Amino acid sequence: MSLSAKDKATVKDFWAKVSGKADTLGADALFRMLTVYPQTKTYFAHWKDLSATSPQVKKHGKTVMGGVSDAVATIDDLTGGLVSLSELHAFTLRVDPSNFKLLSHCIMVVFAGNFPGEFTPEVHLCMDKFMQALARALSEKYR
Amino acid sequence: MVEWTDFERTTISSIFASLDYNDVGPKALCRCLIVYPWTQRYFGAYGNLYNPAAIKSNPLIAAHGVKVMHGLDRAVKNMDDIKATYAELSVLHSEKLHVDRDNFRLLADCLTIVIAAKMGSAFTCDVQAALQKFVAVVKCLWEEFNGTLLPEVLSVSTVALYYSHVNKCMNKKLKKKCAYFRFY
Repeated sequence: MSLSAKDKATVKDFWAKVSGKADTLGADALFRMLTVYPQTKTYFAHWKDLSATSPQVKKHGKTVMGGVSDAVATIDDLTGGLVSLSELHAFTLRVDPSNFKLLSHCIMVVFAGNFPGEFTPEVHLCMDKFMQALARALSEKYR
Repeated sequence: MVEWTDFERTTISSIFASLDYNDVGPKALCRCLIVYPWTQRYFGAYGNLYNPAAIKSNPLIAAHGVKVMHGLDRAVKNMDDIKATYAELSVLHSEKLHVDRDNFRLLADCLTIVIAAKMGSAFTCDVQAALQKFVAVVKCLWEEFNGTLLPEVLSVSTVALYYSHVNKCMNKKLKKKCAYFRFY
């Protein structure tokens, strides 16, 4: 399920539309994941506040979307572009890769909620493929 | 039996009451067939699914999308006994249609996204959590077939036995269409 040239163009095009709101979208997606899939809270047990207004949740949502933005910029070589992030997730954070799907779904939900007209099934397809490729690149260093 | 909070009951009822099934059903099913094209395997008799435009304009797919929403509506009206409500549908999806369990999650995810697009900011995290719980319960459509069987936690040999059983149950028509199952 690799990205075709058309997929990459669609991803870049859609990301250009949403990147202005990336910080708030990231925070919303992260908080949604923590609420809808409570098992993911185990990775944030060291945070005192896991509510929607938590500054830590907001800041981390921004960090995550920054990572996605970097991935869009290196879409032609996701594995190479995300090496350091992959090492972080593999050796330090040790997030089970099954959780990447959960956050990815929540990101798709916030895209749909905020950009209902632009997030067509064709765009959804390309973004879903991209997020799966991103998750694969993040899992590269795991074993 | 599933325990529902008052918030979850009210939320699920009001979400579905606000939806136009003739609009949301086709949109959710089309999105599933476009975003996860392997789900098209169950719609071989539904005509032209060659590209997204064909899928979106296919009247049989649209009609089936509406049917799916009415099926979900039955669960909304019987939230305290979804398993009994879906007993017949469960057998249909497992014994006759042989739908891979994971495909229910894919369709549910697409339905969630269509509802999110409709509701906008009203689709808060708590509302999404309630909907997620509701669609997860729909997996009892699969449980009728294999109880609590979880292929992913069994050994490789047992998984092979499981799939060879599925293979034997499938009718010849589906077997020809699905090269994957020839592996077993």
